[in-house]
Amino acid sequence: MIAWLTDPFTLEFMQRALAASLIVGVVCSVIGCFVVLRAMAFLGDALAHAILPGVAIAYLLGANLLVGALVAALVVAVGIGLFSRRGGVKEDTAIGILFAAALALGVVLISTVRSYATDLTHILFGNVLGVTAGDLWLTGLLGLAVLVTLLALFKEFQLASFDPVLAHMLGKRPELLRFAMLILLALTIVVSLQTVGVGLVAALLVTPAATAYLLTRRLPTMMAVSAAIGAVSSVAGLYVSYYLDVASGAAVVLIATAAFLGAFVAAPGRGVLARRAAARRAA
Amino acid sequence: MAHDATSGSYLAIDDATVSYGGRPALDAVTMHVPHGAQVAIVGPNGAGKSTLFKALVGLLPLRGGRVLLHGRAPGSQADPIAYVPQREEIDWSFPVTVSDVVMMGRYGRLGWLRRPQAADREVVARCLGELGIAALAGRAIGELSGGQQQRVFLARALAQEPHVLLLDEPFTGVDVNAKEAILVLLARLRERRITILVSTHDMQTAADRFELVALLNGRLVAYGPPSEVFTAEHIGTAFGGQALFLDGMVVIDQCCPGHVGDGEEHRHSHEPHAGPR
Repeated sequence: MIAWLTDPFTLEFMQRALAASLIVGVVCSVIGCFVVLRAMAFLGDALAHAILPGVAIAYLLGANLLVGALVAALVVAVGIGLFSRRGGVKEDTAIGILFAAALALGVVLISTVRSYATDLTHILFGNVLGVTAGDLWLTGLLGLAVLVTLLALFKEFQLASFDPVLAHMLGKRPELLRFAMLILLALTIVVSLQTVGVGLVAALLVTPAATAYLLTRRLPTMMAVSAAIGAVSSVAGLYVSYYLDVASGAAVVLIATAAFLGAFVAAPGRGVLARRAAARRAA
Repeated sequence: MAHDATSGSYLAIDDATVSYGGRPALDAVTMHVPHGAQVAIVGPNGAGKSTLFKALVGLLPLRGGRVLLHGRAPGSQADPIAYVPQREEIDWSFPVTVSDVVMMGRYGRLGWLRRPQAADREVVARCLGELGIAALAGRAIGELSGGQQQRVFLARALAQEPHVLLLDEPFTGVDVNAKEAILVLLARLRERRITILVSTHDMQTAADRFELVALLNGRLVAYGPPSEVFTAEHIGTAFGGQALFLDGMVVIDQCCPGHVGDGEEHRHSHEPHAGPR
């Protein structure tokens, strides 16, 4: 049994895959709490797809893919922030347009390369086994930066998410905090690119946080439980991927989804079973 | 602080005009509120009661006129205006406890990155006690009744240690006991000389329990003691066709947003369910 658990990680690239998966699982799950509570899930998904052209350009130039993604993500985050403040069209419409256009542009750029199908697959669904030592450092540093910012400004982010009116009255600049949240979200998506890819990062942002929401009643506990679910799903996903020889990013997402379904049915207080029991008591 | 209790400081609203998308919602309203006064703001739906509050806290820009608190613009000073929004404007499914919410009232005095201190926790405990909800401190806000939820936000407003308190429809959707508790609290706050503005549909309470009433319908129809404001003429002007005059009696067909008026001024004691969405 112990050998079964340790076997996969005797290989160095598997150790790097494990470290990267853990970092991504935790960071996505923690920031995901704000994504869920502020109803930014669609925005997160759009942001993930919108960075594809940046990745493609970096690829064509032979530059680091993560750096390309980072630049694109920041440009898009600032763009969406400005776009939605101007009005004109509704925010979800604006996001929908931007998101499809960026995805198309990314595909066009990547399709100019011969090995297009494999490369596109890696970008869309991640390639956790290809994480280099340099990638791991960048992932770790960006992940740490996101977590430290979220914790340092926790009080402000919580207030601006719950009651932007009071935040405004108390001089806490909710529009600035929203912008900061977009940038942190962009960084998180870049960090996740290699493990789950742009296609599945939205799931990692939303699913563990939604599960934790069902199990807890305070934001700090929700973030901790979400981080734990994200970490466990990531590691379990790697094992499933190793032993069943399936794509790791997809395995991680499916395990997190299973956890969500479990909580949805059986969570104390907010689950289907508990509500049904409460309704029966009330009747 | 450049203000002391004896200087007769007050809230001065001069010629305030606010518009929503080109349509004026508040038209040249001028009213001066003495320090420590309690004013009921009444008027039909869409009269601009909430708009007035949002303009006072700086959420809506003034198209014209000005608002002065202690002779200065409200945003420029630490003297806070606390605002208790209508219950529908709160996300009751958000994972926060009662004491978390009340602690938010302290954030204005805490810098960015600063954690709440022991003194802040004391203020929170005192405000919870003052509203009789200390026992609920650890409960999630979504689990409370309408009256309890109203008291949580009143406690949060008190934790801001405000000079001016704005309550938007505090009597809507709470039961008679909760309403009475709010009125008792207002009486206590009178002793502390906190200036209070309350918007309400409840004209009986406005007439019985407030020394000043402002009758609003886009513009200020009348402002003064209840006996001077609640005249047939003023009410006819403010409510138009909604007012029905029967010998010596005025019946007003009005109700809260989203409800159908049933031909008489009435109170609502239902408690909308506010579980997780």
